Amino acid sequence: MPPLLELVGITKRYPGIVANQDVSLAVQPGEIQALLGENGAGKSTLMKIVYGLARPDEGEIRWQGELVVENSPVLARKRGIGMVFQHFTLFETLTVAENIALGLEPGNAGSDLEGRIRELSRHYGLAVAPQAPVWSLSVGERQRVEIVRCLLQSPRLLIMDEPTSVLTPQEADGLFATLRRLAAEGCAVLYISHKLEEIQALCHAATVLRAGKVVARCDPTRETARSLAALMIGKAPPEIEHRPAESDGPVVLSVADLSLPSVDPHGTALKRVSFSLRAGEILGVAGVAGNGQRELLRALSGEDARAPAGAITLAGQPAGNLDPKRRRALGLAFVPEERLGRGAAPKLSLTLNALLTGKRQSLTRAGLIRQGAVERRATEIVRRFDVRTPGIQAEAGSLSGGNLQKFIVGRELYDGPKLLIAAHPTWGVDVGAATLIREEMLALRDRGGSVLLFSEELDELFLLSDRIAVMFHGMLSPPAPVRQLTPESVGLLMGGAGFEGGVGLAQAH
Amino acid sequence: MLRLTRRTNPSRSLEILAPLVAVALTLVVAAILFVALGKNPADAFAAMFWRPVQDLYGWSELGVKVAPLILCAVGLAIGFRASVWNIGAEGQIVVGAIAASWVALATGEGGFGLPGWLLPLLAGALGGMVWGAIPALLRTKANANEILVSLMLVYVGGFLLQYVVRGPMRDPMSFGFPQSPMFPDPARLPILLDTTRLHLGFALALLAALVAWLFVARSYQGFVFRLSGEAPAAAAYAGFSRAKVIWGSFLISGGLAGLAGAAEVLGPIGQLQPAVSPGYGFAAIIVAFLGRLHPIGIIAAALLMGLFYLGGEIAQMELQLPIAITGVFQGLLLFFLLGADTFVRWRLVLGGTR
Ligand SMILES: Nc1ncnc2c1ncn2[C@@H]1O[C@H](COP(=O)(O)OP(=O)(O)OP(=O)(O)O)[C@@H](O)[C@H]1O
Ligand SMILES: [Mg+2]
Repeated sequence: MPPLLELVGITKRYPGIVANQDVSLAVQPGEIQALLGENGAGKSTLMKIVYGLARPDEGEIRWQGELVVENSPVLARKRGIGMVFQHFTLFETLTVAENIALGLEPGNAGSDLEGRIRELSRHYGLAVAPQAPVWSLSVGERQRVEIVRCLLQSPRLLIMDEPTSVLTPQEADGLFATLRRLAAEGCAVLYISHKLEEIQALCHAATVLRAGKVVARCDPTRETARSLAALMIGKAPPEIEHRPAESDGPVVLSVADLSLPSVDPHGTALKRVSFSLRAGEILGVAGVAGNGQRELLRALSGEDARAPAGAITLAGQPAGNLDPKRRRALGLAFVPEERLGRGAAPKLSLTLNALLTGKRQSLTRAGLIRQGAVERRATEIVRRFDVRTPGIQAEAGSLSGGNLQKFIVGRELYDGPKLLIAAHPTWGVDVGAATLIREEMLALRDRGGSVLLFSEELDELFLLSDRIAVMFHGMLSPPAPVRQLTPESVGLLMGGAGFEGGVGLAQAH
Repeated sequence: MLRLTRRTNPSRSLEILAPLVAVALTLVVAAILFVALGKNPADAFAAMFWRPVQDLYGWSELGVKVAPLILCAVGLAIGFRASVWNIGAEGQIVVGAIAASWVALATGEGGFGLPGWLLPLLAGALGGMVWGAIPALLRTKANANEILVSLMLVYVGGFLLQYVVRGPMRDPMSFGFPQSPMFPDPARLPILLDTTRLHLGFALALLAALVAWLFVARSYQGFVFRLSGEAPAAAAYAGFSRAKVIWGSFLISGGLAGLAGAAEVLGPIGQLQPAVSPGYGFAAIIVAFLGRLHPIGIIAAALLMGLFYLGGEIAQMELQLPIAITGVFQGLLLFFLLGADTFVRWRLVLGGTR
């Protein structure tokens, strides 16, 4: 029997870069196959080619042994290929059922769509409520909607591009159960992730890409996370040793009794948030997404400057009502949750994106941009953080997800900030680059800087933090030294235990 | 079945090609139109687009038409790049013209060692800014749509002009004609070329294009404007205020439109009349987009649009066609430009979905 999908000699060139070079792979029905590779290796590009979003320059796609002559997302869906993108494609104002109906081919929606949605979600254990408006859903629920939308078309091949980077561990486990059941029914899955433990647990086979070329095929169940990493980047990344410190430096950031209604009607209000952060310390903030992290981040960055001046003190100055530029002048740097559109302007070059948060005095003269100085800055960021790009003139939007993330983190660390606030700094970043970014944050701390680290990955928080606090329903637990904590005790707090009587009672151990 | 699908990567060369295609299609349709009207298209084109620029005087007349178009379009383009939609340059021209006329009649003999035209010209720019400030204020304070407000203010400005030329500013010696007295000579703009009407406003327009280019391509504020239009969340993240960009866009484009209106009355017209602009403020919107919002492109597009104005006048005199032919050309051009731009972003696909 021919494979379900076969790629033969696929080559795709972008200006200045070969994203895929002579890539061949085959997927059998019922197989969960991983696609591995460092940032910019060409994984997303290859999947976009399969799904008809990009056209290969050379090579053939065979579907059930037959040559695919014309391809487009519509045709791919008709063949039975579904793709869940890393970024969501749902309309917030519509309900789940309406969103799903929009994604289906006209005529395919049928009369009893809601019934079919219910039946499917029962069958695969994917809880979705057809009548719920999408804005009220968490990221994990939204992703379930995207998956149900794919499954309604009875796919024979499901492509998932970094699906778990936005999921909590519990949600990820639910997703794996679904994927295993699908595979058992004969559906093939192509799975991209930088989390190697996931791949070992889930996948039957793995194809490893490096710089656009296939460098290895392996059975991930017979590899270790370290050996997989070595296949991807040529050598295993150095282990980061856990080295918590206790700082008695001066307080760099303190938040006192900050309560703030959410700007967004569907957001979470902040309730009496208090903490302080010293020089030479990393404070981790854990919590399930949607518990006020977004709102707290905006209040701290200055994008939301409605707080009373005294509620936030930055480097000794009342800062609650300062705009982001003034806070930056006090030594703040910030890595936001969204890289595309917020952390970077997609249509502007890396050079101009390097100017975005740079110190104005050193990068302009008499109101004009000092081209040379800005280019040096961009070049240096790209070099130091190993950003893979054809050049600093490339548009930020053309970078692979992980490479753009590296660029943004690099830019924010470039001026040696007093305080770095980072939301998921290693999202979508490959193992090698994640190590680099983590080491840089530790180095900043060892130099006497401070880091406020928001993350949903407990491993990361425990690896880097000196103290950890937990967010729940807009409240923040008092930070506790990491040696007094276990992943279990933090997990309980994330679930709300100890918050019932208000923040004051929350005990972190 | 035909369908449009989004192009993943609109190319820069297509973007530059689109205006050229639009111009070509406009000329083709115009030729068909001439045939339908019983004119020989070759003769008509020659009369409209060739003979007017056979001598220096013709070119100087083109310069007179082009000056207000460039002034308005470079200002509008700065706002458009920042996604601030000032559609009301025509109103800002008119208010600028009124302000300039008023100051010219009051102080036009000059004084303080200043040339007589300087204060009226500045007053014109100020008038345009004030008219542009209204939509900016309503946008930033009351979140009113600036497209509607600026457009409506065109009509308010038009009525204001009708009122002043019939009321407070009417020439008592004009036998009831609705017009102001002629301005004193020192208030008239200097002529750049003897025996022509080419006035200082043309030089100011080129200067404005140069400064606009510097602003867009080299200045920090130009970067802030562009960022604010293209990636508002990134601009907010960096701490750039959207309100400042809206104010800046309206003050720059309003001021330049007001300057254009002032240059019209202080230059070729010489007094305030019930009609100071044959739609330059609206045509400048087409010019801005035809020129791809780039100062150099805008100069080229303004030359073409100026030729439509000049050719329209000639068509009226020599071919006995109505002056509305200019409007038809503008409309065709806009239509084809929007059409061509659609194909820059979308691809036509043959074949059905099922
Ligand atoms: N539209 C585009 N224009 C130009 N270059 C592109 C474009 N899309 C991708 N590239 C380039 O192709 C290369 C591969 O990108 P791709 O997104 O496939 O990487 P990836 O393996 O998915 O990486 P990541 O793990 O970071 O998501 C990158 O170097 C990227 O810069
Ligand atoms: Mg990718």
